[in-house]
Amino acid sequence: MLFDAYQTDSFHDEMFHADGTVRPEARLLLETLQSLGEGHLQRSQHAAERMLLQMGITFNVYGEAAGTERIFPFDLIPRIVQAKEWERMERGLVQRIRALNAFIDDIYHDQKILKDKVIPEEVIRSAASYRPQIHGINPPGGVWCHITGTDLIRHGDGELYVLEDNLRVPSGVSYVLGNRDLMKRTFPEVFEGLRVRPVDDYPGNLLETLQSLAPESCEDKPVVVLLTPGMYNSAYFEHTFLAQKMGIPLVQGSDLIVEDGIVWMQTTHGPRRVDVIYRRIDDDFLDPDIFRKDSLLGVPGIVDAYRRGNVTLANAPGNGVADDKVIYSYVPDMIRYYEGEDAIIPNVPTYLCWRDSDRQHVLQNLDKLVVKAANEAGGYGMLVGPHSTKAEQDDFADRINANPRNYIAQPTLALSRVPTLIGDRLEGRHVDLRPYVLYGRQGIRVLPGGLTRVALRKGSLVVNSSQGGGSKDTWVLAGGDNGN
Amino acid sequence: MATDSRPLLSRVADSLYWMARYMERAENVARLLEVNLHLQLDLPLDGNQWQPLIDACGEAPLFKKRYGEATQETVVAFLAQDREYPNSILSCLLAARENARSVRETIPSEMYEHVNGIYLRVQEQYAKPAEELSPEVFRDLRLSGHMFQGVTDATMSHNEAWHFVRLGRQMERADKTSRLLDVKYFMLLPSATSVGTPYDDLLWSAVLKSASGFEMYRQTRGTITPRHVAGFLVLDHDFPRSIRHSIARAVDSLDVIRAGSNTQYESVNLLGELGRELEEMEVDTMIRSGLHEFLDSLQLRLNAVGAALQRDLFALRQLKQTQTQTQTVGAD
Repeated sequence: MLFDAYQTDSFHDEMFHADGTVRPEARLLLETLQSLGEGHLQRSQHAAERMLLQMGITFNVYGEAAGTERIFPFDLIPRIVQAKEWERMERGLVQRIRALNAFIDDIYHDQKILKDKVIPEEVIRSAASYRPQIHGINPPGGVWCHITGTDLIRHGDGELYVLEDNLRVPSGVSYVLGNRDLMKRTFPEVFEGLRVRPVDDYPGNLLETLQSLAPESCEDKPVVVLLTPGMYNSAYFEHTFLAQKMGIPLVQGSDLIVEDGIVWMQTTHGPRRVDVIYRRIDDDFLDPDIFRKDSLLGVPGIVDAYRRGNVTLANAPGNGVADDKVIYSYVPDMIRYYEGEDAIIPNVPTYLCWRDSDRQHVLQNLDKLVVKAANEAGGYGMLVGPHSTKAEQDDFADRINANPRNYIAQPTLALSRVPTLIGDRLEGRHVDLRPYVLYGRQGIRVLPGGLTRVALRKGSLVVNSSQGGGSKDTWVLAGGDNGN
Repeated sequence: MATDSRPLLSRVADSLYWMARYMERAENVARLLEVNLHLQLDLPLDGNQWQPLIDACGEAPLFKKRYGEATQETVVAFLAQDREYPNSILSCLLAARENARSVRETIPSEMYEHVNGIYLRVQEQYAKPAEELSPEVFRDLRLSGHMFQGVTDATMSHNEAWHFVRLGRQMERADKTSRLLDVKYFMLLPSATSVGTPYDDLLWSAVLKSASGFEMYRQTRGTITPRHVAGFLVLDHDFPRSIRHSIARAVDSLDVIRAGSNTQYESVNLLGELGRELEEMEVDTMIRSGLHEFLDSLQLRLNAVGAALQRDLFALRQLKQTQTQTQTVGAD
């Protein structure tokens, strides 16, 4: 049957112990799966895929014709997180976001952490995502990281690590909500007897977060909008989804106009003032007046309006400085510096190629390490040593020597696995987990769930949607009988 | 405007309007094809009733250039399947879907899922050769069009955005009914005035069916005469596809939209004037003064309303029109 030939191999499996017995939090799920009739799971899987297409839960593939979006492959077997472990993750994320926010605020003001030599100044100045234009800006509430999607992974030792912080414009949360909806519609029987924490209140919480950080000068109920690059952006579905669920206008750059430091949107009855902008446009394209001049997606003057305190931009421009993969390696130091605590969730050990000793080690071990460009995301600009050819390694050696600051390396991690439907049976596939964190005036909240991305190709460790990844529903269990 | 409404972006209003127009257009083309496919089963072999469809769409030159002779196969290929012809069913549905996609946050999920579902299904159905497309697939689309209207009216608040959807639907309907009548009336008229053939009733019935109006016509007008058919399709008070009815509903919607503003809108004046004239028009006056001239001028006036809507409501305006320091906004 489904699990007949199932092997955990030598990996940490989220459903089974190494000896093949089921983890207590997954027992009920396993029993339900085993009781399903022949072919039931495959039929539900097909139904789910059809539904995704019909519901238009898709992403655009750049360079393809209009009307040809693709679905983000979805696997029906959920990933389960027990209550106690979630509680620790939550504390770790809150601690981390608070420190990162303090760091960004410091970098764009007094730069104490540099003066105290905790982080070398050179590392900041050379970061591609550092924006000197932002210096001295005070975002409302002092919040720079309104929405964060931190990537966590579990290594073979069973420990969770932070892989990336994703502070700029993290995406994927619509799939978290969509996946849950889909599970309930196509596979309701698996929820029975489990207390899975709901995720549906995310859009409401996001709206509250955005409203809470409106400019202090805004007296009425703040007008909040979501700024999208437009319908050919790969994440356009998510932009429409979030705007719809929050009930706010979805605007494009051409819908907005700035005059005398005030942002207006063009409505059928003339201009209306805008107070808060949840922008899903990268810094580079946000404002041609101060960032990339050739941007047609942005709004000229919008950063000036922001600097004058007339509009809130979420996330705050410039916060990507902490996304730089070299600066990432200093986050545990930041947590010690700003919070006086040790990091609850550790970083993945990271070699910085601009350090001579680290670089020597990296160059000698290219076949074992994962090398990443410091400023890339989405699985681009990356070498997975054990899966690479000699030619690819030589290419990366040249790139590293040409620009050591732009490369870091990490050990190849044995990402944990979750049973995944492959053909007519279940096989283990590697996963990561991206929880979503909201930072409002009232504090920091973590969505109890997250995007579990799964590398569908056998043996693959790359979970990005652009590289053959799919996703799973993530069940955070409420505390109690089966949650622990 | 009702107090519960939120501001509506000009771009969004524009897309809602065109989403509705393209859905209505696709449905109209499907109805024309469905009726014609049925009709040919009843007609003698020598009559070519496919060319008139092309004429009714106002596309004779383009069609001739691309396909040559009008046969069932070429006309279906052109009107239903041709992705390069912007008013084919497939092109209209793609345009409706792209417009719907650009306003997904404004319309209920059910509406987008419906438009998306139609597009995905039709794209699959129409992938076969033209001669294999049965009347059933066009009937299917006609029903989907009705369902779209039902979903729209039942799930979307009847707010400003909804009125833009209705405005688009009604403008398109008035335009299509006038084109249909214009072409058919003069094609069929000679045989109606000279010796009647057994096919006359059949052909006139087909005109009514092309506007889904045959049964409703019978209830109020009884026997089929060209004069009555023209009167019914242009001036009937109650039939939802008559030009008068469509324009009256368009006027209602534009009035609601206008109520949100104290600006004078040219589109409101133009459309209101047209609506009032249709209310007072008598069928005999219309026919005596020349039906073709009447329909021709009607189409020009509808186009003028469309252009005025663009200026009044859809175009991006400058913020400080009275001051010298203005900023140009790229309209795209």
